[in-house]
Amino acid sequence: MVINPQAFIDVIPFLIDGLWITLYITIFGVAIGCVIGTLFGLMSISRFRVVRFIAVTYVEIVRGTPLLAQIFFIHLGIPALIGHTFDPYITGVAIIGINSGAYIAEIVRGGVNSIDKGQMEAGRSLGLNSRQTMRYIIWPQALKVMIPPFGNQFVISLKDTSLLSSIAVAELMYSGRQYMTITFSAFETMFMVCIFYLIITIPASLLLRYLERRIDKS
Amino acid sequence: MIKVNELHKSFGDNQVLKGITTEIGAQEVVCVIGPSGSGKSTFLRCLNRLEDITSGEVIIDGTNIADKSVNINRYRQDVGMVFQHFNLFPHKSVLENITLAPKKLGKGQKAELNEKAMQLLDKVGLREKANAYPSSLSGGQKQRVAIARALAMNPKIMLFDEPTSALDPELVGDVLAVMKDLANEGMTMVVVTHEMGFAKEVGDRVFFMDEGLVLEEGTPEEVFTHTKHERTQAFLSKIL
Ligand SMILES: Nc1ncnc2c1ncn2[C@@H]1O[C@H](COP(=O)(O)OP(=O)(O)OP(=O)(O)O)[C@@H](O)[C@H]1O
Ligand SMILES: [Mg+2]
Repeated sequence: MVINPQAFIDVIPFLIDGLWITLYITIFGVAIGCVIGTLFGLMSISRFRVVRFIAVTYVEIVRGTPLLAQIFFIHLGIPALIGHTFDPYITGVAIIGINSGAYIAEIVRGGVNSIDKGQMEAGRSLGLNSRQTMRYIIWPQALKVMIPPFGNQFVISLKDTSLLSSIAVAELMYSGRQYMTITFSAFETMFMVCIFYLIITIPASLLLRYLERRIDKS
Repeated sequence: MIKVNELHKSFGDNQVLKGITTEIGAQEVVCVIGPSGSGKSTFLRCLNRLEDITSGEVIIDGTNIADKSVNINRYRQDVGMVFQHFNLFPHKSVLENITLAPKKLGKGQKAELNEKAMQLLDKVGLREKANAYPSSLSGGQKQRVAIARALAMNPKIMLFDEPTSALDPELVGDVLAVMKDLANEGMTMVVVTHEMGFAKEVGDRVFFMDEGLVLEEGTPEEVFTHTKHERTQAFLSKIL
Protein backbone atom coordinates (compact mmCIF):
# COMPACT_ATOMS: atom_id res chain seq x y z
CA MET A 1 0.00 0.00 0.00
CA VAL A 2 1.18 3.51 -0.76
CA ILE A 3 0.77 6.48 1.48
CA ASN A 4 -0.87 9.48 -0.11
CA PRO A 5 0.71 12.55 1.54
CA GLN A 6 -1.98 14.84 0.17
CA ALA A 7 -4.64 12.97 2.17
CA PHE A 8 -3.07 14.11 5.47
CA ILE A 9 -3.76 17.68 4.38
CA ASP A 10 -7.11 17.17 2.66
CA VAL A 11 -8.69 15.54 5.69
CA ILE A 12 -7.96 18.51 7.96
CA PRO A 13 -11.02 20.69 7.12
CA PHE A 14 -13.30 17.72 7.84
CA LEU A 15 -11.58 17.06 11.12
CA ILE A 16 -11.76 20.69 12.19
CA ASP A 17 -15.53 20.61 11.77
CA GLY A 18 -15.63 17.39 13.78
CA LEU A 19 -13.33 18.74 16.45
CA TRP A 20 -15.65 21.64 17.17
CA ILE A 21 -18.55 19.29 17.66
CA THR A 22 -16.43 17.08 19.90
CA LEU A 23 -15.54 20.12 22.00
CA TYR A 24 -19.11 21.39 22.19
CA ILE A 25 -20.48 18.03 23.25
CA THR A 26 -17.71 17.53 25.80
CA ILE A 27 -18.09 20.98 27.32
CA PHE A 28 -21.88 20.94 27.53
CA GLY A 29 -21.93 17.29 28.54
CA VAL A 30 -19.38 17.70 31.31
CA ALA A 31 -21.12 20.88 32.48
CA ILE A 32 -24.28 18.84 32.95
CA GLY A 33 -22.12 16.14 34.51
CA CYS A 34 -20.88 18.68 37.07
CA VAL A 35 -24.41 19.51 38.12
CA ILE A 36 -25.43 15.85 38.31
CA GLY A 37 -22.14 14.90 39.96
CA THR A 38 -22.33 17.57 42.64
CA LEU A 39 -25.90 16.65 43.43
CA PHE A 40 -25.35 12.89 43.56
CA GLY A 41 -21.94 13.25 45.20
CA LEU A 42 -23.46 15.22 48.07
CA MET A 43 -26.38 12.79 48.19
CA SER A 44 -23.94 9.91 48.62
CA ILE A 45 -22.68 11.43 51.88
CA SER A 46 -26.13 12.34 53.14
CA ARG A 47 -27.28 11.41 56.62
CA PHE A 48 -30.33 9.74 55.12
CA ARG A 49 -29.98 6.17 54.03
CA VAL A 50 -32.58 6.41 51.24
CA VAL A 51 -30.85 9.40 49.71
CA ARG A 52 -27.49 7.64 49.88
CA PHE A 53 -29.02 4.55 48.31
CA ILE A 54 -30.37 6.51 45.33
CA ALA A 55 -26.98 8.10 44.71
CA VAL A 56 -25.04 4.87 45.03
CA THR A 57 -27.47 3.07 42.72
CA TYR A 58 -27.06 5.68 40.01
CA VAL A 59 -23.29 5.60 40.23
CA GLU A 60 -23.14 1.82 40.17
CA ILE A 61 -25.47 1.50 37.17
CA VAL A 62 -23.45 3.94 35.12
CA ARG A 63 -20.09 2.56 36.18
CA GLY A 64 -21.21 -1.01 35.72
CA THR A 65 -22.38 -0.70 32.11
CA PRO A 66 -20.32 0.05 29.00
CA LEU A 67 -20.74 3.51 27.52
CA LEU A 68 -21.74 2.02 24.17
CA ALA A 69 -24.60 0.16 25.85
CA GLN A 70 -25.70 3.41 27.50
CA ILE A 71 -25.62 5.17 24.14
CA PHE A 72 -27.77 2.55 22.42
CA PHE A 73 -30.10 2.29 25.38
CA ILE A 74 -30.81 6.01 25.37
CA HIS A 75 -30.70 6.55 21.62
CA LEU A 76 -32.59 3.42 20.56
CA GLY A 77 -34.07 1.79 23.64
CA ILE A 78 -35.89 4.70 25.22
CA PRO A 79 -37.36 6.08 21.95
CA ALA A 80 -38.69 2.59 21.18
CA LEU A 81 -40.43 2.59 24.55
CA ILE A 82 -41.95 6.08 24.43
CA GLY A 83 -42.41 6.31 20.67
CA HIS A 84 -40.47 9.55 20.28
CA THR A 85 -36.97 10.08 18.92
CA PHE A 86 -34.50 12.74 19.95
CA ASP A 87 -31.90 14.66 18.03
CA PRO A 88 -28.66 12.65 18.28
CA TYR A 89 -26.74 15.77 19.32
CA ILE A 90 -29.05 16.35 22.27
CA THR A 91 -28.82 12.66 23.11
CA GLY A 92 -25.04 12.88 22.84
CA VAL A 93 -24.78 15.75 25.28
CA ALA A 94 -27.20 14.02 27.65
CA ILE A 95 -25.23 10.78 27.55
CA ILE A 96 -21.91 12.47 28.26
CA GLY A 97 -23.65 14.36 31.09
CA ILE A 98 -25.18 11.25 32.63
CA ASN A 99 -22.02 9.24 32.23
CA SER A 100 -19.51 11.82 33.50
CA GLY A 101 -22.00 12.77 36.23
CA ALA A 102 -21.56 9.38 37.87
CA TYR A 103 -17.78 9.65 37.87
CA ILE A 104 -17.87 13.26 39.02
CA ALA A 105 -20.19 12.19 41.86
CA GLU A 106 -17.43 9.87 43.01
CA ILE A 107 -14.90 12.70 42.71
CA VAL A 108 -17.12 14.98 44.79
CA ARG A 109 -17.66 12.29 47.41
CA GLY A 110 -13.95 11.55 47.58
CA GLY A 111 -13.10 15.25 47.77
CA VAL A 112 -15.46 15.97 50.63
CA ASN A 113 -14.48 12.80 52.49
CA SER A 114 -10.81 13.67 52.17
CA ILE A 115 -11.29 16.73 54.38
CA ASP A 116 -10.40 16.01 57.98
CA LYS A 117 -13.39 15.41 60.25
CA GLY A 118 -11.95 17.98 62.63
CA GLN A 119 -12.78 20.75 60.15
CA MET A 120 -16.49 20.06 60.41
CA GLU A 121 -16.21 19.81 64.19
CA ALA A 122 -14.33 23.09 64.42
CA GLY A 123 -16.98 24.84 62.34
CA ARG A 124 -19.85 23.33 64.27
CA SER A 125 -18.23 24.10 67.63
CA LEU A 126 -18.18 27.79 66.68
CA GLY A 127 -21.92 27.76 66.16
CA LEU A 128 -22.05 27.46 62.37
CA ASN A 129 -24.75 25.08 61.19
CA SER A 130 -23.87 22.15 58.97
CA ARG A 131 -24.78 23.98 55.78
CA GLN A 132 -22.62 27.00 56.66
CA THR A 133 -19.72 24.78 57.68
CA MET A 134 -20.05 22.88 54.43
CA ARG A 135 -20.15 26.02 52.34
CA TYR A 136 -17.42 28.11 53.96
CA ILE A 137 -15.06 25.47 55.33
CA ILE A 138 -15.41 22.03 53.78
CA TRP A 139 -16.39 22.83 50.19
CA PRO A 140 -13.57 25.30 49.38
CA GLN A 141 -11.01 22.78 50.59
CA ALA A 142 -12.69 19.85 48.84
CA LEU A 143 -12.83 21.75 45.53
CA LYS A 144 -9.06 22.01 45.51
CA VAL A 145 -8.73 18.28 46.03
CA MET A 146 -11.22 17.66 43.24
CA ILE A 147 -9.47 19.66 40.52
CA PRO A 148 -6.96 17.02 39.35
CA PRO A 149 -9.41 14.09 39.13
CA PHE A 150 -11.96 16.39 37.54
CA GLY A 151 -9.49 17.40 34.84
CA ASN A 152 -8.76 13.76 34.29
CA GLN A 153 -12.48 13.03 33.88
CA PHE A 154 -12.76 15.85 31.34
CA VAL A 155 -10.11 14.21 29.19
CA ILE A 156 -11.80 10.81 29.52
CA SER A 157 -15.18 12.28 28.53
CA LEU A 158 -13.61 14.01 25.57
CA LYS A 159 -12.30 10.70 24.31
CA ASP A 160 -15.62 9.02 25.14
CA THR A 161 -17.44 11.28 22.68
CA SER A 162 -15.82 9.24 19.89
CA LEU A 163 -18.34 6.49 20.65
CA LEU A 164 -21.12 8.88 19.67
CA SER A 165 -20.00 8.31 16.07
CA SER A 166 -22.04 5.13 16.35
CA ILE A 167 -25.25 7.21 16.43
CA ALA A 168 -24.22 9.58 13.63
CA VAL A 169 -23.11 12.49 15.74
CA ALA A 170 -20.66 14.21 13.40
CA GLU A 171 -17.89 14.65 15.95
CA LEU A 172 -14.22 14.12 15.25
CA MET A 173 -14.29 10.32 14.91
CA TYR A 174 -17.38 10.36 12.73
CA SER A 175 -15.91 13.02 10.44
CA GLY A 176 -12.83 10.88 10.02
CA ARG A 177 -14.90 7.83 9.19
CA GLN A 178 -16.91 9.79 6.64
CA TYR A 179 -13.78 10.99 4.92
CA MET A 180 -12.31 7.51 4.98
CA THR A 181 -15.33 5.91 3.28
CA ILE A 182 -15.15 8.44 0.48
CA THR A 183 -11.41 8.34 -0.12
CA PHE A 184 -10.34 4.90 1.20
CA SER A 185 -7.25 6.52 2.78
CA ALA A 186 -7.70 4.74 6.11
CA PHE A 187 -4.17 5.11 7.42
CA GLU A 188 -3.84 8.82 6.67
CA THR A 189 -7.28 9.65 8.06
CA MET A 190 -7.05 7.67 11.27
CA PHE A 191 -3.52 8.92 11.87
CA MET A 192 -4.81 12.48 11.66
CA VAL A 193 -7.83 11.70 13.85
CA CYS A 194 -5.46 10.54 16.58
CA ILE A 195 -3.34 13.66 16.13
CA PHE A 196 -6.45 15.80 16.53
CA TYR A 197 -7.39 14.11 19.81
CA LEU A 198 -3.84 14.60 21.04
CA ILE A 199 -3.94 18.29 20.12
CA ILE A 200 -6.56 18.65 22.84
CA THR A 201 -5.58 15.99 25.34
CA ILE A 202 -1.84 16.69 25.61
CA PRO A 203 -2.21 20.39 26.49
CA ALA A 204 -5.04 19.43 28.85
CA SER A 205 -2.75 16.96 30.64
CA LEU A 206 0.04 19.50 30.85
CA LEU A 207 -2.33 22.10 32.27
CA LEU A 208 -3.51 19.54 34.81
CA ARG A 209 -0.01 18.71 35.92
CA TYR A 210 0.72 22.38 36.29
CA LEU A 211 -2.41 22.88 38.42
CA GLU A 212 -1.55 19.84 40.53
CA ARG A 213 1.88 21.23 41.27
CA ARG A 214 0.40 24.58 42.25
CA ILE A 215 -2.13 22.92 44.51
CA ASP A 216 0.58 20.83 46.16
CA LYS A 217 2.49 23.96 46.94
CA SER A 218 -0.37 25.85 48.59
CA MET B 1 -23.34 27.14 85.08
CA ILE B 2 -23.01 23.53 83.89
CA LYS B 3 -25.06 20.78 85.47
CA VAL B 4 -24.65 17.22 84.33
CA ASN B 5 -27.19 14.66 85.37
CA GLU B 6 -26.84 10.92 84.82
CA LEU B 7 -25.07 11.45 81.52
CA HIS B 8 -24.84 8.29 79.47
CA LYS B 9 -23.20 7.90 76.09
CA SER B 10 -22.86 4.74 74.02
CA PHE B 11 -21.33 4.10 70.63
CA GLY B 12 -23.40 1.13 69.49
CA ASP B 13 -22.94 -1.50 72.18
CA ASN B 14 -19.93 0.25 73.63
CA GLN B 15 -21.00 2.13 76.75
CA VAL B 16 -18.50 4.93 77.07
CA LEU B 17 -20.08 7.23 79.67
CA LYS B 18 -21.91 5.38 82.39
CA GLY B 19 -23.87 7.99 84.28
CA ILE B 20 -21.93 11.13 85.13
CA THR B 21 -23.50 13.56 87.58
CA THR B 22 -21.66 16.73 88.48
CA GLU B 23 -21.82 20.50 88.59
CA ILE B 24 -19.39 23.12 87.38
CA GLY B 25 -19.78 26.66 88.66
CA ALA B 26 -19.28 29.94 86.84
CA GLN B 27 -15.62 30.99 86.62
CA GLU B 28 -14.51 27.58 87.75
CA VAL B 29 -11.58 25.79 86.10
CA VAL B 30 -12.03 22.04 86.04
CA CYS B 31 -9.23 19.78 84.88
CA VAL B 32 -10.20 16.32 83.72
CA ILE B 33 -7.57 13.61 84.00
CA GLY B 34 -7.65 9.86 83.55
CA PRO B 35 -6.33 6.96 81.51
CA SER B 36 -6.70 6.71 77.75
CA GLY B 37 -10.12 5.47 76.69
CA SER B 38 -11.77 6.43 79.97
CA GLY B 39 -14.16 8.78 78.16
CA LYS B 40 -12.61 12.20 78.84
CA SER B 41 -12.98 13.46 75.28
CA THR B 42 -16.45 12.00 74.96
CA PHE B 43 -17.51 13.74 78.18
CA LEU B 44 -16.17 17.06 76.93
CA ARG B 45 -17.83 16.63 73.52
CA CYS B 46 -21.16 15.96 75.17
CA LEU B 47 -20.92 19.39 76.81
CA ASN B 48 -21.40 21.06 73.41
CA ARG B 49 -23.22 18.10 71.88
CA LEU B 50 -20.53 17.37 69.35
CA GLU B 51 -21.53 13.87 70.42
CA ASP B 52 -25.21 13.03 70.62
CA ILE B 53 -26.22 12.39 74.20
CA THR B 54 -27.64 8.90 74.68
CA SER B 55 -29.48 9.72 77.91
CA GLY B 56 -29.31 12.07 80.85
CA GLU B 57 -29.16 15.83 81.06
CA VAL B 58 -26.56 18.48 80.34
CA ILE B 59 -27.93 21.76 81.60
CA ILE B 60 -26.10 24.92 80.65
CA ASP B 61 -27.43 28.16 82.10
CA GLY B 62 -30.75 26.47 82.70
CA THR B 63 -31.12 24.88 79.25
CA ASN B 64 -30.96 21.13 78.85
CA ILE B 65 -29.01 20.71 75.65
CA ALA B 66 -29.65 16.97 75.55
CA ASP B 67 -33.14 18.02 74.47
CA LYS B 68 -33.27 17.65 70.68
CA SER B 69 -35.54 20.68 70.28
CA VAL B 70 -32.85 23.05 71.61
CA ASN B 71 -31.22 25.19 68.90
CA ILE B 72 -27.77 23.75 69.38
CA ASN B 73 -26.11 26.19 66.97
CA ARG B 74 -27.17 29.18 68.99
CA TYR B 75 -26.02 27.52 72.16
CA ARG B 76 -22.62 26.46 70.80
CA GLN B 77 -21.76 30.11 70.26
CA ASP B 78 -21.51 30.36 74.05
CA VAL B 79 -19.25 27.35 74.39
CA GLY B 80 -15.84 27.58 72.75
CA MET B 81 -13.84 24.46 72.02
CA VAL B 82 -10.13 23.92 71.50
CA PHE B 83 -8.99 20.64 69.95
CA GLN B 84 -5.88 18.58 70.36
CA HIS B 85 -5.03 18.94 66.66
CA PHE B 86 -6.02 22.64 66.45
CA ASN B 87 -8.33 22.14 63.46
CA LEU B 88 -7.54 25.55 62.02
CA PHE B 89 -9.00 26.26 58.59
CA PRO B 90 -5.99 25.81 56.29
CA HIS B 91 -7.49 27.81 53.41
CA LYS B 92 -7.96 30.91 55.56
CA SER B 93 -5.43 33.33 57.00
CA VAL B 94 -5.03 33.61 60.76
CA LEU B 95 -7.25 36.69 60.82
CA GLU B 96 -9.89 35.01 58.66
CA ASN B 97 -9.82 31.94 60.88
CA ILE B 98 -10.77 34.15 63.78
CA THR B 99 -13.38 36.28 62.03
CA LEU B 100 -15.07 33.66 59.85
CA ALA B 101 -17.70 32.48 62.32
CA PRO B 102 -18.54 35.89 63.85
CA LYS B 103 -18.89 37.34 60.33
CA LYS B 104 -21.09 34.57 58.99
CA LEU B 105 -23.20 34.63 62.13
CA GLY B 106 -23.68 38.39 61.95
CA LYS B 107 -21.90 39.24 65.18
CA GLY B 108 -20.91 42.73 64.05
CA GLN B 109 -19.52 44.96 61.34
CA LYS B 110 -16.52 43.77 59.40
CA ALA B 111 -14.16 46.49 60.68
CA GLU B 112 -15.25 45.98 64.24
CA LEU B 113 -14.76 42.21 64.04
CA ASN B 114 -11.32 42.63 62.48
CA GLU B 115 -10.37 45.02 65.25
CA LYS B 116 -11.59 42.55 67.86
CA ALA B 117 -9.64 39.75 66.17
CA MET B 118 -6.48 41.84 66.30
CA GLN B 119 -7.02 42.40 70.01
CA LEU B 120 -7.38 38.66 70.50
CA LEU B 121 -4.19 38.10 68.55
CA ASP B 122 -2.46 40.57 70.85
CA LYS B 123 -3.74 38.62 73.77
CA VAL B 124 -2.23 35.37 72.48
CA GLY B 125 0.92 37.18 71.35
CA LEU B 126 0.51 36.68 67.61
CA ARG B 127 -0.46 40.07 66.20
CA GLU B 128 2.30 39.89 63.59
CA LYS B 129 0.86 36.63 62.24
CA ALA B 130 -2.54 38.05 61.28
CA ASN B 131 -2.00 37.54 57.57
CA ALA B 132 -0.05 34.30 57.79
CA TYR B 133 -1.60 30.97 56.86
CA PRO B 134 -1.84 28.16 59.41
CA SER B 135 0.64 25.96 57.52
CA SER B 136 3.40 28.48 58.27
CA LEU B 137 2.83 28.43 62.03
CA SER B 138 4.38 26.22 64.70
CA GLY B 139 2.09 23.93 66.69
CA GLY B 140 2.11 26.27 69.67
CA GLN B 141 1.20 29.22 67.48
CA LYS B 142 -1.57 27.24 65.82
CA GLN B 143 -3.07 26.35 69.15
CA ARG B 144 -2.98 29.96 70.31
CA VAL B 145 -4.77 31.00 67.12
CA ALA B 146 -7.33 28.27 67.79
CA ILE B 147 -7.90 29.71 71.24
CA ALA B 148 -8.31 33.21 69.78
CA ARG B 149 -10.74 31.81 67.21
CA ALA B 150 -12.89 30.28 69.93
CA LEU B 151 -12.77 33.47 72.00
CA ALA B 152 -13.97 35.55 69.05
CA MET B 153 -17.49 34.26 69.66
CA ASN B 154 -17.41 35.67 73.23
CA PRO B 155 -18.08 32.30 74.81
CA LYS B 156 -19.08 31.92 78.44
CA ILE B 157 -17.45 28.53 78.69
CA MET B 158 -14.29 27.16 77.10
CA LEU B 159 -13.65 23.46 76.55
CA PHE B 160 -10.11 22.22 75.93
CA ASP B 161 -9.37 18.68 74.79
CA GLU B 162 -5.70 17.97 75.45
CA PRO B 163 -4.66 21.31 73.96
CA THR B 164 -0.95 20.70 74.45
CA SER B 165 -0.65 16.96 73.74
CA ALA B 166 0.32 17.42 70.10
CA LEU B 167 2.97 20.06 70.84
CA ASP B 168 6.72 19.86 71.14
CA PRO B 169 7.61 20.20 74.83
CA GLU B 170 9.23 23.61 74.41
CA LEU B 171 6.00 25.02 72.90
CA VAL B 172 3.66 23.83 75.63
CA GLY B 173 4.45 26.71 77.99
CA ASP B 174 3.17 29.46 75.68
CA VAL B 175 -0.19 27.77 75.28
CA LEU B 176 -0.56 27.05 78.98
CA ALA B 177 0.30 30.68 79.74
CA VAL B 178 -2.56 31.87 77.52
CA MET B 179 -4.91 29.44 79.22
CA LYS B 180 -3.78 30.62 82.62
CA ASP B 181 -4.50 34.24 81.68
CA LEU B 182 -7.93 33.18 80.55
CA ALA B 183 -8.58 31.42 83.85
CA ASN B 184 -7.44 34.49 85.76
CA GLU B 185 -9.90 36.62 83.81
CA GLY B 186 -12.65 34.43 85.17
CA MET B 187 -13.45 32.21 82.18
CA THR B 188 -15.30 29.01 83.02
CA MET B 189 -13.06 26.25 81.70
CA VAL B 190 -13.14 22.48 81.38
CA VAL B 191 -9.71 21.19 80.43
CA VAL B 192 -8.85 17.60 79.58
CA THR B 193 -5.12 17.46 80.17
CA HIS B 194 -2.08 15.43 81.05
CA GLU B 195 -0.33 18.54 82.38
CA MET B 196 -0.52 17.85 86.10
CA GLY B 197 1.42 21.03 86.87
CA PHE B 198 -1.27 23.07 85.15
CA ALA B 199 -4.03 21.15 86.94
CA LYS B 200 -2.43 21.81 90.31
CA GLU B 201 -1.68 25.44 89.72
CA VAL B 202 -4.67 26.66 87.72
CA GLY B 203 -7.39 24.08 88.37
CA ASP B 204 -10.02 24.81 90.98
CA ARG B 205 -11.11 21.22 90.80
CA VAL B 206 -9.83 18.02 89.30
CA PHE B 207 -11.97 15.18 87.93
CA PHE B 208 -10.39 11.78 87.69
CA MET B 209 -12.25 9.73 85.09
CA ASP B 210 -12.07 5.99 84.83
CA GLU B 211 -14.15 3.64 82.68
CA GLY B 212 -16.84 6.16 81.87
CA LEU B 213 -17.32 7.59 85.34
CA VAL B 214 -15.93 10.49 87.33
CA LEU B 215 -14.40 8.28 89.96
CA GLU B 216 -12.93 11.01 92.10
CA GLU B 217 -13.32 14.75 92.19
CA GLY B 218 -12.00 17.45 94.45
CA THR B 219 -9.52 20.27 94.72
CA PRO B 220 -6.09 19.52 93.23
CA GLU B 221 -4.82 19.14 96.78
CA GLU B 222 -7.47 16.55 97.59
CA VAL B 223 -7.01 14.53 94.43
CA PHE B 224 -3.23 14.68 94.14
CA THR B 225 -2.18 14.60 97.79
CA HIS B 226 -5.03 12.98 99.68
CA THR B 227 -6.04 10.55 96.98
CA LYS B 228 -9.01 8.38 97.99
CA HIS B 229 -9.21 5.75 95.28
CA GLU B 230 -6.68 3.12 94.52
CA ARG B 231 -7.20 3.52 90.80
CA THR B 232 -6.50 7.24 90.99
CA GLN B 233 -3.36 6.49 92.92
CA ALA B 234 -2.27 3.91 90.37
CA PHE B 235 -2.87 6.39 87.54
CA LEU B 236 -1.03 9.22 89.29
CA SER B 237 1.93 7.07 90.20
CA LYS B 238 2.27 6.11 86.57
CA ILE B 239 2.36 9.64 85.18
CA LEU B 240 4.02 11.68 87.94
N1 LIG C 1 -16.83 8.17 67.37
C1 LIG C 1 -16.67 7.04 68.10
N2 LIG C 1 -17.18 5.88 67.67
C2 LIG C 1 -17.03 4.74 68.39
N3 LIG C 1 -16.37 4.66 69.54
C3 LIG C 1 -15.81 5.79 70.01
C4 LIG C 1 -15.92 7.04 69.32
N4 LIG C 1 -15.28 7.98 70.03
C5 LIG C 1 -14.78 7.35 71.12
N5 LIG C 1 -15.10 6.05 71.12
C6 LIG C 1 -14.74 5.06 72.17
O1 LIG C 1 -15.07 5.60 73.40
C7 LIG C 1 -14.10 5.29 74.38
C8 LIG C 1 -13.66 6.55 75.08
O2 LIG C 1 -13.02 7.40 74.16
P1 LIG C 1 -12.52 8.84 74.51
O3 LIG C 1 -11.93 9.40 73.29
O4 LIG C 1 -13.60 9.60 75.17
O5 LIG C 1 -11.39 8.53 75.59
P2 LIG C 1 -10.32 9.51 76.21
O6 LIG C 1 -10.44 9.36 77.68
O7 LIG C 1 -10.47 10.86 75.65
O8 LIG C 1 -8.96 8.85 75.76
P3 LIG C 1 -7.59 9.56 75.27
O9 LIG C 1 -6.85 9.93 76.51
O10 LIG C 1 -6.91 8.46 74.52
O11 LIG C 1 -7.95 10.71 74.43
C9 LIG C 1 -12.99 4.55 73.67
O12 LIG C 1 -13.14 3.20 73.92
C10 LIG C 1 -13.25 4.83 72.22
O13 LIG C 1 -12.89 3.73 71.44
MG1 LIG D 1 -9.32 12.08 74.30
